[in-house]
Amino acid sequence: MERIPILKMGEYLLVSIQVDMHDRLAMALQDDLTARIVSAHAKGVLIDISALEMVDSFIGRVLGDIAAMSRVLDAETVVVGMRPAVAITLVELGLSLSGVRTALDIERGMALLRRRIDARGNGDAGPG
Amino acid sequence: MPVLVSGQRQIQAPEDVVGVRQAVRQRAVELGFNLVDQTKIVTAASELARNTLQYGGGGTVRIESLQEGMRRGLRLVFEDRGPGIPNIELAMKDGYTTAGVLGLGLSGAKRLSNEFAIDSRVGEGTRVTIVRWR
Repeated sequence: MERIPILKMGEYLLVSIQVDMHDRLAMALQDDLTARIVSAHAKGVLIDISALEMVDSFIGRVLGDIAAMSRVLDAETVVVGMRPAVAITLVELGLSLSGVRTALDIERGMALLRRRIDARGNGDAGPG
Repeated sequence: MPVLVSGQRQIQAPEDVVGVRQAVRQRAVELGFNLVDQTKIVTAASELARNTLQYGGGGTVRIESLQEGMRRGLRLVFEDRGPGIPNIELAMKDGYTTAGVLGLGLSGAKRLSNEFAIDSRVGEGTRVTIVRWR
């Protein structure tokens, strides 16, 4: 079965979703990522969705679940690059991705991840 | 209402949901939908195609390009011969689910469409029709 590649860079995992995912592929990404967070001792996960032309409730839920699972595994997730039309549609659909941290692009996303991980290292990140 | 182009697709596997998204996108582009409207109708189609697969046990979608006077639109008709929906009012509520999936499918698709109709008979199947005008 086809898989979305997961790249490791230091303590980060990088994922760029470049295909229109069917539901099984999205579930496989969720499983692969959680396993990889543990095996790679990753502290941060960056998911680039700039190539995605739509995010429906299923893909939105998978992104939320990945963020929640990574948190339980002591890692931070940031989703970057959402297209404006996708954001407008998501909100109208009724999905706010409330548990998911987002950034406009990869650079800002990496900076956000670093800040979050540094803050946790200093023990002042607080809950969540 | 004059139908300019009509086509039908099968929805029997998760890959078919992706195929429906791409076919609807292509038709919306042909009709001159702007990017936000394309995204809305494609997302609504994805929700309804998934419902057809998960709750209806598979089915079909008819994709129709419409012309009414000066305006053009896209009509999608999803049909299955599944168990039907006993309580449509309940099924339309946000968060309602029978398969463990966050239930935004029907209500979300309705919000993303200009027209929405559902006809469901227990033991016979379900038909959901949406229209989005350019």
